[in-house]
Amino acid sequence: MAVVAVDRQQGFAGRRGLRHGQHHLQSLAFLVPGAVLLLAIVVWPTIATVRYSFYNGTATKAVGLSNYKSLFSTADTLIAFRNNVLWVLVFPFVVTVIGLVFAVLSERIRWATAFKTVIFLPIVFSVTASSLVFTQIFQLDPHIGVMNAIVQTVDDWFNPPGAYPLSAGQTAASLATSGVVAAPHGALETSATVKAGGTVKMGLTGVNPDTLTVLGARQARLPAPFAGAITGLVWRDFSVSNPSNVSGVLPDEDGFPNLHVSLLRSDGSTVASTTTDAFGRFRFSNVGPGTFRVQIQASNFKPSFSGTFWLGPQSLTPTGNLGQTAQALLSVPLIDISMILAYLWIWAGFTMVIVAAGLAALDREALEAAHVDGATEWQTFRRVTIPMLAPVLTVVFVTMVINVLKIFDIVVNLGIDSSQPGGQSSTLASDVYYLGFGGGVHTGLASALAVMLFVLVIPAMLFNLKRISGK
Amino acid sequence: MTTIPVTTTPPAVPAVQQPSRTRLVLKRLRPSRMVINIVLGAIALFWLVPTLSMMIISFRPSGLFEVSGWWKVFTAPSQLTLQNYKELFTGGSSTALGGGVPSGLAPGSVLDALRTSLEISIPATILVTAISSLAAYSIVFGRWRGRNAVFLTIVGLMVVPLQVALIPVAALYKDMGSAFGWNPFGTITGVVIFHVAFGLPFGVFLMRNFFTGLPTALIEAGRIDGAGEWTLFRRVVIPLGVAAAASLAIFQFIWVWNDLLVALVFLGGDPHVPLTLFLYDQERTLAANFWIISTGSMVSIVVPLIVFLAFQRHFVRGMLAGAVK
Repeated sequence: MAVVAVDRQQGFAGRRGLRHGQHHLQSLAFLVPGAVLLLAIVVWPTIATVRYSFYNGTATKAVGLSNYKSLFSTADTLIAFRNNVLWVLVFPFVVTVIGLVFAVLSERIRWATAFKTVIFLPIVFSVTASSLVFTQIFQLDPHIGVMNAIVQTVDDWFNPPGAYPLSAGQTAASLATSGVVAAPHGALETSATVKAGGTVKMGLTGVNPDTLTVLGARQARLPAPFAGAITGLVWRDFSVSNPSNVSGVLPDEDGFPNLHVSLLRSDGSTVASTTTDAFGRFRFSNVGPGTFRVQIQASNFKPSFSGTFWLGPQSLTPTGNLGQTAQALLSVPLIDISMILAYLWIWAGFTMVIVAAGLAALDREALEAAHVDGATEWQTFRRVTIPMLAPVLTVVFVTMVINVLKIFDIVVNLGIDSSQPGGQSSTLASDVYYLGFGGGVHTGLASALAVMLFVLVIPAMLFNLKRISGK
Repeated sequence: MTTIPVTTTPPAVPAVQQPSRTRLVLKRLRPSRMVINIVLGAIALFWLVPTLSMMIISFRPSGLFEVSGWWKVFTAPSQLTLQNYKELFTGGSSTALGGGVPSGLAPGSVLDALRTSLEISIPATILVTAISSLAAYSIVFGRWRGRNAVFLTIVGLMVVPLQVALIPVAALYKDMGSAFGWNPFGTITGVVIFHVAFGLPFGVFLMRNFFTGLPTALIEAGRIDGAGEWTLFRRVVIPLGVAAAASLAIFQFIWVWNDLLVALVFLGGDPHVPLTLFLYDQERTLAANFWIISTGSMVSIVVPLIVFLAFQRHFVRGMLAGAVK
């Protein structure tokens, strides 16, 4: 037995000795295609970019550090740095928290798989296609863009628009046609004063006839005078059959229903308020002595919320009065926030799935022990789950930091104009593209920006190396 | 004497407390569970809105786009039409919003972009999977020195932003043109080469992690039996590594399919562009044709969607293994 074993071993040794060199070479050859590509397309170009960054715009003359100096001194590139900082500060943290919350909550429902699939789907779509969806969601017109439609609905709820909303650029004063003049704060009032027993006629134009139809307007009728009361009519003072007749109440003219009118004393104080009927008539009864004016309140003309330009460069921080550099560094344009929201929609599924996998691998006994010891749900989550998940959360967070440092697709697709170099939503990656390839090319500056991007990624690289070599 | 009360009281206490306690627990649990269901339901609906809106827009007449929101469909379902999809084949000149988008497979059409996306993604996926597997095999089962150093270098390359390579590679491609008469700049080949190179670090990482889990004895036994490395790779390692390779391939396919930047740099201005670049260009044409943007987006979404739904597990596994790119 022993002899045979020795024999065999010798045999193996002999065979291996013969072919060892060949195996060695063969397996090394397997590395060649990958190594060649990595060296030619990743490693060497990275070194070349570092070299380019010390050259001028056409890569023909060495210029020392001047590209780097201009990176940190011109407002255009400072904006890009600011946006990268903003993305890195806000996005990875928020998306990790959302992923954690979704992962933890979805453990409690029976349809967790369906939920996760729905949240996860956007990752599979290109950021370009998703961005185009969001250009629609953020459309300015509340009739087209969902975001503004929602804001409008909420705003109308708390702050209802008038029955006769003005269209864009229209003023209440422009509606006044006969017997009416503009009053302060967008109201209208009778041009003459009136006493008890009197009747006023207030002719308006410039209102869409459809609005009147929707409100159920009837043919305008001048009310009869009434003892001790002030009566009046508000009507559409425009006759299709007789356009030149101004101030006459004609059969094809409609009253203005549902209009809020007030009776004002000569000192401007309000005595009474009422609403016009379908014929455009109103009546203030038991009016005391003195002279009065009838006012059509401004609220009648209040337009509905007309939309926020979510993809606009306007800053959320008050930086308007600052110098150019301070403005570049401290502004927070609304478009950045909108893009971050859209990007959350895209990536929350990623963080959720990774955290959920981490949760599934957790030591259930520790969680149960915490429960048995009387810890509340929140205490268990805060003191047991989170610390145990910390390594996973860190990986997710770092992955997202790397991701947004290189943020490009969403920036150029949601901010077509504002992603140009110097634009309010431009980032390092978008500047590298535009300065390197898209008109106004400056190879040196683009390379210096790319090098900055690379330098910013190095901590993440070291984190990965430490994590992976430690395994 | 004392044992009797001790034995009689315990059953009495739970008998009274048990129902009230369970009821208490139920009371505390039921609403919270219901609340979680409602909240997550609302979130899921909310998450569906963007996708749903793009889908509905693509099925509404293009003329309505500037007129009213897509949600009007819920009150007027008769608005839905296949017109936009038909125009992918017949060209968009007849639409109210105008815009002569070429039809069929003509350069600059949606279907041509679909074909170009496939022409880029499929070779890039196959090459990354094959080259990564070979390299990972070499790193795990090879005997040469410095394997670990090479592996760690590759891990380091995983996070290199591809922006640092764009300018020199573009120059390299053009130099190749003047030196060998073959210029990959502006060609699909150029795009594929770039994608393969930048897909390799992740690919090697993923495949290496899988291969290290395989028993080395298997390879050793094969070597002893006189099998060459290629045979071992083909007959032993690949059959075992199919799942890992599938994860990598699916991940890589979706990654390349959705790329914009590389195509923009190396194919910008070319009449044959992938879907992402097609959409990017359409968004920048003067009279943005939303019918083509919405239908084009839907077309661009369908392929990765099918791939994802068919190979969901592989995709997620690849993502979990990497989580760093």
